[in-house]
Amino acid sequence: MRPFLYSRADGLDHAVQLAREGARPIAGGTNLLDLMKLQIEAPERLVDINRLPLGGIEPDGEGVRIGALVSNSACAADERIRRDYPVLSRAILAGATFQLRNKATTAGNLCQRTRCYYFYNIDTPCNKRRPGSGCSAIGGFNRIHAILGTSDACIATYPGDMAVALAALNAQVEITTAQGRKRHVPVRGFHRLPGDTPEKDNVLEPGDMITAVALPPPAGGRQIYRKVRERSSYAFALVSIAAVVRMEGGKIAAASLAFGGLAHKPWHDPRIDELLAGAMPSDALADKAADLLLEGAQGYGDNDFKIPLARRALKAVLREATGDAA
Amino acid sequence: MPLTINGTERTFDGDPRTTLLDYLRRDCNLTGTKKGCDHGQCGACTVLINGQRINSCLTLAVMHDGDAITTIEGLGDPQNMHPLQAAFVRHDGYQCGYCTPGQICSAKAMLDEAALGWPSFVTPDITGEVRLTRDEIAERMSGNLCRCGAYSNIVDAIVEIMEAQR
Ligand SMILES: Cc1cc2nc3c(=O)[nH]c(=O)nc-3n(C[C@H](O)[C@H](O)[C@H](O)COP(=O)(O)OP(=O)(O)OC[C@H]3O[C@@H](n4cnc5c(N)ncnc54)[C@H](O)[C@@H]3O)c2cc1C
Ligand code: SF4
Ligand code: FES
Ligand code: FES
Repeated sequence: MRPFLYSRADGLDHAVQLAREGARPIAGGTNLLDLMKLQIEAPERLVDINRLPLGGIEPDGEGVRIGALVSNSACAADERIRRDYPVLSRAILAGATFQLRNKATTAGNLCQRTRCYYFYNIDTPCNKRRPGSGCSAIGGFNRIHAILGTSDACIATYPGDMAVALAALNAQVEITTAQGRKRHVPVRGFHRLPGDTPEKDNVLEPGDMITAVALPPPAGGRQIYRKVRERSSYAFALVSIAAVVRMEGGKIAAASLAFGGLAHKPWHDPRIDELLAGAMPSDALADKAADLLLEGAQGYGDNDFKIPLARRALKAVLREATGDAA
Repeated sequence: MPLTINGTERTFDGDPRTTLLDYLRRDCNLTGTKKGCDHGQCGACTVLINGQRINSCLTLAVMHDGDAITTIEGLGDPQNMHPLQAAFVRHDGYQCGYCTPGQICSAKAMLDEAALGWPSFVTPDITGEVRLTRDEIAERMSGNLCRCGAYSNIVDAIVEIMEAQR
């Protein structure tokens, strides 16, 4: 690990001030320290935000506000989250391990970096790690890589599970800017596509601090998180789907679907939700939804299998969400 | 900076780069906690912080001002074993023993989490009661790898203690 200056923030103003001066926030540390040990990240200053009053899961109007520092374990086990937003509990529980989730935080989880093998290997070119050096995954081994929204510069995926559920639930990220202003960004717009600047994972500006994630009022319906991975436990998603589907009289009244493992961000295509709303569930309908999802899909060799896999997973999730079996 | 390790007050004033794992092993001479992967993947370094299990390789000592840390040495010693330690011995819950301190710390916290009603990925109804089936135990212990493959005896040891606690 490269040397760094460590400070502990004793209030949000203090943390924002340090971040403005270039300090990198550290929360659970489970992603940042991993990357610092490998010298993929080498911040000169760290600001430890763990003592800030950003814990707690509070009612927020009809919805719920989850503090940036709430641990993934506490969030998944929270009674309201389990009852009113089960897809979020399920998605969190599908990721990592109890040990890691006890440390991992809401904000840190959102900001976790890609698991692209070349990003992790400092001896290989990678535009995300070293802009302009090239992408080793294009033309290399790319089993875990993206099939949607890629660019010639980067085909990495956002690897997280929690954010996929937050995208399906249409949650908002609450941010305090370097100037001390508050702004809200929908989770659906928080992560970005790689384009020409894959070094930027999300829309945070230097000095921005995430303070909370706000969930809208409970959507009800059937909520499913399906994660397809190499092993049945403790591995990142090849494809994942978060689905919130409400049925009424045999028809789909409302649906909201988000996809993990396919792109540089949790993938949400509003056309799919629109197609499903008001429709009678059927195999043909599920195929149409998959057509929309995969319209622009492109495989890079080793990850070609994700295209049929995403279709199968989507059809299975829709069957489960709309079927009679509870 | 003060912290408590196995009930003893200590002061950390080392390089901020020191992980909690290295601090325990190197500076506190508590070598029960093991270093496997050093990247959060194997669980050999599992310790309890304020009762919760974490990977000590992925946290900095300097971040634990005022925290109470329990390592395997704090759970029990050969003369006075923790029930889980004794059960691991009875059930042959290890072969080389490298993963064992992490397994036992993890199992201790796992039983506490289940008692609080925390669900896992395999819990059928996450709003219902938690029943620690073998599948549940395996999923909840999935952060502790055992290269010797002693998994089934590990689960046996945990089941015995779980039933004794009821
Ligand atoms: C072995 C292993 C397996 C894993 N498996 C999975 C998995 O299956 N699914 C999954 O989703 N995840 C998985 N993870 C990743 C894990 O979920 C993340 O490491 C964790 O969520 C990161 O949270 P943290 O609080 O520790 O973040 P940190 O490491 O503290 O920070 C991560 C990033 O977020 C930034 N940050 C933190 N807090 C803030 C804030 N308030 N404002 C602005 N920026 C902030 C930091 O600067 C840093 O860039 C795994 C990790 C490991 C090590
Ligand atoms: S896919 Fe992205 S992260 Fe991976 S090597 Fe290419 S540029 Fe780097
Ligand atoms: S040494 Fe910490 S998890 Fe492997
Ligand atoms: S007993 Fe050898 S690694 Fe588990």
